[in-house]
Amino acid sequence: MNPAARIGGLALIAMLGAFAARAQIADADRKSGAAFMSAQTQEMQRDDGANPGMLAALDGESLWNARTGGAGKSCADCHGEAQTGMKGVAARYPAFNEASAAPIDLQGRINLCRQDQQKATPLAPESRDLLALSAFIGLQSRGMPTAPPDDPRLTPFRERGRALWSQRMGQLNFSCAQCHDDNWGKHLGSAPIPQAHANAYPIYRLEWQGMGLLQRRLRNCMSGVRAQAFPYGAQEFVELELFLAERARGMPVETPGVRP
Amino acid sequence: MARALVNVPAKVKRGDVVEIKVLISHPMETGFRPDPNGKFYPRDILKSFACTYDGEHVFSAELFPAVSANPFFSFTVVATQTGVLTFSWTDDKDQTQVQTAKIEVE
Amino acid sequence: MQQDHPSEGASRRAVLTGAASAALIAVSPAARATMSEMDEAIRAFTKGAPIKQGGVKVDIPILLESGNSVPAVVSVESPMTPADHVVKVALFNEKNPLPQIAIFTFGPKSGRAWVSTRIRLSDSQKVVAVAQMSDGGFRMGMIEVIVTLPACAEER
Ligand code: HEC
Ligand code: HEC
Repeated sequence: MNPAARIGGLALIAMLGAFAARAQIADADRKSGAAFMSAQTQEMQRDDGANPGMLAALDGESLWNARTGGAGKSCADCHGEAQTGMKGVAARYPAFNEASAAPIDLQGRINLCRQDQQKATPLAPESRDLLALSAFIGLQSRGMPTAPPDDPRLTPFRERGRALWSQRMGQLNFSCAQCHDDNWGKHLGSAPIPQAHANAYPIYRLEWQGMGLLQRRLRNCMSGVRAQAFPYGAQEFVELELFLAERARGMPVETPGVRP
Repeated sequence: MARALVNVPAKVKRGDVVEIKVLISHPMETGFRPDPNGKFYPRDILKSFACTYDGEHVFSAELFPAVSANPFFSFTVVATQTGVLTFSWTDDKDQTQVQTAKIEVE
Repeated sequence: MQQDHPSEGASRRAVLTGAASAALIAVSPAARATMSEMDEAIRAFTKGAPIKQGGVKVDIPILLESGNSVPAVVSVESPMTPADHVVKVALFNEKNPLPQIAIFTFGPKSGRAWVSTRIRLSDSQKVVAVAQMSDGGFRMGMIEVIVTLPACAEER
């Protein structure tokens, strides 16, 4: 069912019309998306034996150790134990990639190694294997602070992401900031609006009945305001991801998160 | 097919009622979900799950499409002896997977 | 259906849908056709035996943020001895495409007649648990839940 059918475009406009403008969230007021969930969903995320995202991480561990591609090498052959080799890595992505002179997110980085190092085909966006490797690598940063690199080369890209965040879009003509900076904590239909911190990705979303990466989540928000979502892998998404990482700087990584 | 996360407390006392958790990776495709072509994704579910303790029945379940994707079960067992818990689940095509876990009783 | 329904020893039908529909059954020969699918499924499970109210608890958060993965805990009061234990607990719902959710089998080795699982509920509705005891008797409990929907779902 499309979201418009669920809450109705007009109802959405009416609800948001009554919203106040609050502007940027102070550091002390920042809250993970988990804080807006029911106690049961929080518990599902917290308990490794009950968090379905851990199944993806387990799959990721097998892939980490599997030799593949023309080079016949596994990730582990070059990087060793992920527990040490990948510790803190996910917390500082997206990062600047020299070769393309542009930022890449963790999925882009994984696929570079797939192509250049393993001589294998890149993994498709949101594919099971990409989700699994992302969850497994993300898990190695769990509990560590989100730490985007202080790389001046990233600045223009991040600023484009910031501009996108404040830009009104879609038939409903809303910006990300209007919902997530100005009106977090209020409800859209029955769903609370979180602050949109990207510190738990990939997540297991109950609505999806499966795992998804940040870009999938962002596409859901874009279609929520009936905007044409960017395609997977679009530069705009990576720029938004850069901005979101800066906005969540210092917040602990929760990967794999669970969301309603 | 699927893989699973099985959670059994490492060391328990004789006579304790112990909580077991099992999370199985499976889409539990209901057969009622429309696909983009106006048809339905074909049903593909786990239809049963069972746990035995050194061969003796502890807990089992017959499952229908209303069980969530990635089925989760938590149930209890009386720890009577050091032994092996065997978990098995069977899908619509009658394929069965088995996983075991040791339980150490003091 | 209220928890204080005077259902001890009442017929399964009365237990399930209250006095009004029980009266309907009495007057209308076609009443069986109006039985809900859930009632039919429960009848198939008990083979028509009477069901006592109480002793069975279905625990589901009253307000749910997604119907796709609803935490449900079912417990039945029982000493769980070889002589007196719960054999099966079946979970039913009113509005999903199928009335059955799962049928759990216990034994004396279980220690407790308790299970925690996750289920799908297509809408706000009643969830009923029926327990079959080792003496052949049946007991039941139920809960009414409200399912809400996420704001920004996937375009399909
Ligand atoms: C109309 C209000 C609205 C707009 C506009 C909106 N979102 Fe959201 N967003 C939500 C809601 C509500 C959720 C919570 C999930 C749900 O129920 O759909 C959410 C969730 C998120 C999350 C997930 C947070 C977490 O904890 O996992 C991120 C990230 C996000 N939004 C980013 C964005 C970005 C980037 C934009 C702009 C492109 C945007 N959103 C536009 C309402 C909005
Ligand atoms: C043949 C060796 C080799 C293989 C195989 C390989 N990598 Fe790499 N990987 C590298 C090298 C070398 C770098 C550093 C490249 C650079 O900095 O430009 C790297 C960098 C990375 C990074 C970024 C680390 C950071 O600190 O920013 C990630 C993440 C990564 N690899 C993941 C993987 C994954 C996942 C696989 C398996 C699918 C894999 N790699 C397979 C050699 C390899």
